[in-house]
Amino acid sequence: MRFIVRRLAFYLLAFWVSITLNFLLPRFMPGDPVTRMFAQAANKMQPHQIEQLRQLFGLDERPIWQQYLTYVHNIFTGQMGVSISRFPTPVSEVIGSQIGWTLLLGGTALVIAVVIGNLLGILAAWRRGGVLDSVFPPILVFVGSFPYFWLAMAALYLFGVVLGWFPIRHAFDAGMTPELSWTFFSSVATHLFLPALTIVLVSIGGWMLGMRNTMIATTAEDYILMAEAKGLTNNRIMFRYAARNAMLPSVTAFGMSFGFIVGGALLTEVVFAYPGVGYQLLAAVQGLDYPLMQGIFLTITAAVLVANFIVDIVYVRLDPRVRVS
Amino acid sequence: MSTTPILEVSNLRVEYHGDNRQVVAVNDVSFSIGEGEIFGLAGESGCGKSTVANSIMRLLKDPAEITGGQIRFKGRDLLTLRGEELRRFRWKEIAMIFQSAMNSLNPVMTIGSQMVDIFTTHEGISVKQARVRSAELLRLVSIDPVRLDSYPHQLSGGMRQRAVIAMALALQPSLLIMDEPTTALDVVVQQEIMAQISDLQRQLGFSVLFITHDMSLMVELSHRMAVMHSGRLVEMAEADLLFARPLHPYTSSLMNAFPPLTGPRIRLTGLSDAVRAADGSGSCAFHVSCPPDRINCSGNIPDLREVEQGRFVAEHPRTNLEGAAA
Repeated sequence: MRFIVRRLAFYLLAFWVSITLNFLLPRFMPGDPVTRMFAQAANKMQPHQIEQLRQLFGLDERPIWQQYLTYVHNIFTGQMGVSISRFPTPVSEVIGSQIGWTLLLGGTALVIAVVIGNLLGILAAWRRGGVLDSVFPPILVFVGSFPYFWLAMAALYLFGVVLGWFPIRHAFDAGMTPELSWTFFSSVATHLFLPALTIVLVSIGGWMLGMRNTMIATTAEDYILMAEAKGLTNNRIMFRYAARNAMLPSVTAFGMSFGFIVGGALLTEVVFAYPGVGYQLLAAVQGLDYPLMQGIFLTITAAVLVANFIVDIVYVRLDPRVRVS
Repeated sequence: MSTTPILEVSNLRVEYHGDNRQVVAVNDVSFSIGEGEIFGLAGESGCGKSTVANSIMRLLKDPAEITGGQIRFKGRDLLTLRGEELRRFRWKEIAMIFQSAMNSLNPVMTIGSQMVDIFTTHEGISVKQARVRSAELLRLVSIDPVRLDSYPHQLSGGMRQRAVIAMALALQPSLLIMDEPTTALDVVVQQEIMAQISDLQRQLGFSVLFITHDMSLMVELSHRMAVMHSGRLVEMAEADLLFARPLHPYTSSLMNAFPPLTGPRIRLTGLSDAVRAADGSGSCAFHVSCPPDRINCSGNIPDLREVEQGRFVAEHPRTNLEGAAA
């Protein structure tokens, strides 16, 4: 318990540092991107909104500590300003409408890649030099080293355009409204298939190789030999003794990746026109939408911190040696 | 000491296959262990004694291969056991205590669950029953049963080794192999552990194959012992006889490798090693006994020959049959 409180304190500190940096950066920026942005957007905005934005970027005349307090207050109440590219929707609303799809796509792809990749890695290391061990790693590394956008477009062209098996854009059929029905879910699933598949294809090799390598080191440990001498079944030695120890680095990597999901799979979302945060981030950069960019960065930071915190807690459950007694 | 052997190793030969060379780790080794007997196997690091132990447990992995000989346990040929048969045999009939207790326990499982899975796998009893039996075992080696829920890193080195001993006795095997069970422990704990093993052995009557390079420790515990060098046995006899009057020069140099605590300061003689080639060619396998000028170098260690009742020695030009050298 004390451990969790200490970790929590650490992560709160990290979060405070990151929002403070987020506050300071625009104020230290050389040149004046803000004015340029205003020039572009001025004719669309009401005077009080411009005033709000000026405050957000530190262009108001109040002392800096007052600005800072307002900024922190705004963050904790979810007010991150108004998006310029999707004027006049508030940034929090823009992110809120995209993040679900991003989490769905990134989460599904990550979980599938991690589960299958690790299983392959475990089996390959267990039967080292076997068929699985000699065939899969080269193939997966080969596939994984394709330029991602090329692989995604090839999949989209082949299965979406030529064969017509899968839809080619968006997260569900046009004309549908999100609802709790079987038809809607199946539409979401068919739209999810290709983007998720391409992500799984390029990332699975890394998971497999990582697991295989730690697993090989683990199978050389004395406790594996002892487990074998104990006459335990093969499966029990492989999973409870070897993989249970070898998965620890994978758990850390999984947590890190989970945090970054929130940032969106930029290329995937662009190629498949998937309405996620990554797609939105691209639009924000192109439209010089600083409030939206800041909002997305802040969300990513928070997500990475939360994911790391969760991994810390899970890790303590998985590896008794890191428990502080 | 009984007369019916439960383990018979005859002409065992184990080779390690490298890319360009082969090493004979165990060469034509024969010995037997009687019921309730403690048999010691001594030798320097790399002489092949752990390979013998792993051959008996059938734990050898590539590139090691048993290329000759027989291992019979209670009349059963161990080298023909396969798959499920082998799995059931292990730990039930022969259990093994490995060198370092810290490394032979899974760091992420509690002591309890590592004991429980022995019972659930071999006897198919419930976890609850298995925990009761595990608690009894811990009491047997004087560890408080609350330790069932501890992880290995929460125990001291001595406790970990005792927990491993408890695990080894779980299924009441007829033979216990101990591969340097106390090497990683300090002398005080070492004495405690050895006393405990000795007590348990008298109480439960299992046989022991005790492997170490610590000759004095071995003589204290074993009934009979053998000395191994370069993959061969060089001498085998009753422990106290062998200790009192070593016949083979290697035995005496191994014993002299431990400096005495008292007495005059004498220069210690080192033990040198030689590369063993599969075809027996190459360098002499037994440097230590060679005279400085290497004359009369016999090339290989000869077979054991019974020189007295129960006393075996690998005859060598300089073998000292009259009495202990040094």
